[in-house]
Amino acid sequence: MTDTATTTLTKKDFVSDQEVRWCPGCGDYAILAAMQKYMADSGADPANTVFVSGIGCSSRFPYYMNTYGFHTIHGRAPAVATGVKVANPDLSVWIVTGDGDALSIGGNHLAHILRRNLNVNILLFNNEIYGLTKGQYSPTSPVGTKKKSTPLGSVDRPFNPIAFALGCNATFVARSVDTDAKHLTRIFAAADAHQGTSFIEILQNCVIFNKDFYNKVVDRSVRADMTVDLVPGEKIVYGADKDKGLRFTASGLDTCGVDDAEVWDPSTATVSQAFAISQLDTDPDTPKPLGIFRAVDAQIYDESVREQVEEAVSAKGEGKIEDLVYSGDCWTVG
Amino acid sequence: MTKIETPGADLPLQQLERVVIRFAGDSGDGMQITGNQFTQTSALFGNDLATLPDFPAEIRAPAGTRPGVSGFQLQFSSKDIHTPGDAPDILVAMNPAALVVNLGDLKAGGTVVVNTGAFKTNDLKKAKLDKNPLEDGTLDGYRVIPVDINARVLDALVDSPLKTKEKSRCKNFYTLGLMYWLYSRPLEPTITWLHEKFKKRPELVEANVIALKAGFNAGDIRELFQGQYEVPKTDELPAGTYRNMMGNDAIAMGLVAGAKMAGLTPVLGSYPITPASTILESLASYKHFGVVTMQMEDEIAAICAAIGASFSGSLGITSTSGPGMALKTEAMGLAISAEYPLVIINIQRAGPSTGMPTKVEQSDLLQAVFGRNGDAPVPVISCSRPSDAFQLTIDACRIAVQYMTPVILLSDNFIANGAEPWCLPDIESFKPFPVVFKTDPEGHQTFARNEKGARAWVKPGTPKMEFRIGGLEKDVEGNVSYDADNHQAMTNHRHNKVAAVAESIPTPELDGPDSGDLLILGWGSTVGILTQAVETAREDGVSVSRMHLTHIWPFPKGLDEIFSKFKAIMVPEMNMGQLTRILRGEMPQHNFIPFTKVTGQPFLTTEVVAKIKNVLEG
Repeated sequence: MTDTATTTLTKKDFVSDQEVRWCPGCGDYAILAAMQKYMADSGADPANTVFVSGIGCSSRFPYYMNTYGFHTIHGRAPAVATGVKVANPDLSVWIVTGDGDALSIGGNHLAHILRRNLNVNILLFNNEIYGLTKGQYSPTSPVGTKKKSTPLGSVDRPFNPIAFALGCNATFVARSVDTDAKHLTRIFAAADAHQGTSFIEILQNCVIFNKDFYNKVVDRSVRADMTVDLVPGEKIVYGADKDKGLRFTASGLDTCGVDDAEVWDPSTATVSQAFAISQLDTDPDTPKPLGIFRAVDAQIYDESVREQVEEAVSAKGEGKIEDLVYSGDCWTVG
Repeated sequence: MTKIETPGADLPLQQLERVVIRFAGDSGDGMQITGNQFTQTSALFGNDLATLPDFPAEIRAPAGTRPGVSGFQLQFSSKDIHTPGDAPDILVAMNPAALVVNLGDLKAGGTVVVNTGAFKTNDLKKAKLDKNPLEDGTLDGYRVIPVDINARVLDALVDSPLKTKEKSRCKNFYTLGLMYWLYSRPLEPTITWLHEKFKKRPELVEANVIALKAGFNAGDIRELFQGQYEVPKTDELPAGTYRNMMGNDAIAMGLVAGAKMAGLTPVLGSYPITPASTILESLASYKHFGVVTMQMEDEIAAICAAIGASFSGSLGITSTSGPGMALKTEAMGLAISAEYPLVIINIQRAGPSTGMPTKVEQSDLLQAVFGRNGDAPVPVISCSRPSDAFQLTIDACRIAVQYMTPVILLSDNFIANGAEPWCLPDIESFKPFPVVFKTDPEGHQTFARNEKGARAWVKPGTPKMEFRIGGLEKDVEGNVSYDADNHQAMTNHRHNKVAAVAESIPTPELDGPDSGDLLILGWGSTVGILTQAVETAREDGVSVSRMHLTHIWPFPKGLDEIFSKFKAIMVPEMNMGQLTRILRGEMPQHNFIPFTKVTGQPFLTTEVVAKIKNVLEG
């Protein structure tokens, strides 16, 4: 047979029959639509795809994808996904989580999944607020965030999710924005192609409890000057006219002209360089970095776990229960 | 009869039916190894036996102190025995702390072998002793065998290239050799073991073998003892192939076997915790049986990874102890709600909180049966002894996959680290229970149920069966539902499903008359002591019956009828009366009498016999 019958799936094949119940205007809608389209365009097999989530607004995501889905418990999606993937490494596994789910209650598991380099993709929707519990500050909220549980302003310093991931020695680290479907899709594709844990922070608007928190960075009027996109193989430049650049210096990072701007390669840049870039927006006047911070190869946990089993079986032969029980020092009575 | 080929072996050889020996020393003295070697050798020799290791939680508590004392008690016998014995016949004390901590347990007129080399002023100070117990009358009434083991070992190893410190470490094998001589045990099993253990360090093998032989010869040449003893091999064990077995090893094997019988890959998520860690360690060494193990970052991740594995179509397993169970409870609820098979193993230890990690207790029963948010029933099974742990672990796997439910398998420190001869089962005699995954999308509903009340298991990768599932309440289609009637119905389904497990488990057999004044009802690791206590009471002319539960939730069928024929049912357990509470809740019409003990030590046969008589005399 030369002509294999293949069914081309469309975006709607990835839309489940469930009514989407996020608030009108929530940034999650755009991310969901971008993902459903990406799945169709990339030729994903719904039967072989699993979305695993924890608890929170973002964690409802699996219900709306017409793939396999597991809505688990608060903060534990990375741990559940580890079992899912190790038990069946052929599955394409995506974790959907939020800033509270991943960085408060689930911080430990996020650190360890990144360290292990399980071959899955993590989407962290960061809206810098707790939405499902109705608007308390989160571990990514800036100091001074005044909400119901912090009437005088929060006093604890926030996590920078990108720096967190880099600190955990993550092999793929990226940031995108809910409103930019094109950028999101490009990052999804790069994450999907990466072998190992792909970590994507997605800046996401919570229209009820933290409306437009990111507008000083991503609003169309300022975006060109207030964000810088890290595109592999391209110079690190930004500005409406692409006239500003960044270059590495002995002491870190410096602004420069386009000609002197660094050509970005997330597969060869050091963690220190990626980390330096992740800290850019600690200065409110410098742009917030988006795009791919890091993309390197490393040993993959699920593969290694299965390889050890396969090697043991091939070295010792497949064990039988009889051999297991009737081993060691035995003696016979009667 | 064993012939001892030793010069001057002309001392009398006396036969004994049973001996209880306790090795006690500093936790760095290797007493657990010594005890285990004596056990293994006695098992191979053909004795029946039971052991009770008793060690501190600290790996190396300050040397020579009382908290640092590590003990290993073993009863070996030519008769069928059930317990490690109440009171040792002979105590081996490697230092002053070990002597004073253990002496009170020794039976009147018992023998103390004491390492006099460890009774210097500084040693006494570490044990908080003002006077030397060897000289102040403490040992009056006991037969004392003083041996300067420290010096004798160095003498024996004078030609060894080892450093003095390393030579001193061989003293446990000198001691073992001495006891081997006294009880006419062969040296070969231990010599073989040493060759295997120190494969890469032949000088250690040589030194320990020399120490072992020196101890053995010393017993003879120095005429320390008035004679040798022999405990002949038992002829009371049923015919079969035997192996000395500890509880955690039996559980690890049972998990491999259970998963094979279900046709599934066993996937263990675990986090090291005393006294459960050896299950993780054993399973990690069984990779050629297709076992997947993941040492996760914490207890929660461990159970979550196991649940994820079940979601993917493997048999998820997690092993822990009480504090770990506390951490896993939310995730158990997820597996109950999403209805996935999961085997959860709790090797109980003394609580609450961190409690006493190396001491025995049965105080996690109510936690196992009820300890979750919401109405969240799970079947609960308990091992009783190393020799039933294999079969009960397989049964836990069976219930998990047949009823699509988490199952909690309880064991405890006494079973985990105690050893006994295990008559190896005929593997062919087990009926496999292969899982059939559902692949036909026609008319499929995620929470449609079979005759057992179990939903169908669909694994990701199956075309046209994509579903979403989670911990939110859902309807029969699998869709999230907050509907009032639906929640009542789903709660009923989950409850009824677990209750239905009773249809698949046997009613326990009664030991003794099927009616009378008193039934002893036990569960877990008390089985040996209760068996012995009932036998002893009967020898004293008391009529008492005994039953032991392995399947605790749901209860097996037929208990009500059995209980109704006894005036009183005494429930001995190492907690404050947890099974009694459940029994009173389920069957309030019967007269349950709790008998509780929470000292971190097993019941003594004598105290159970006394309680039986006390209850019967009213």
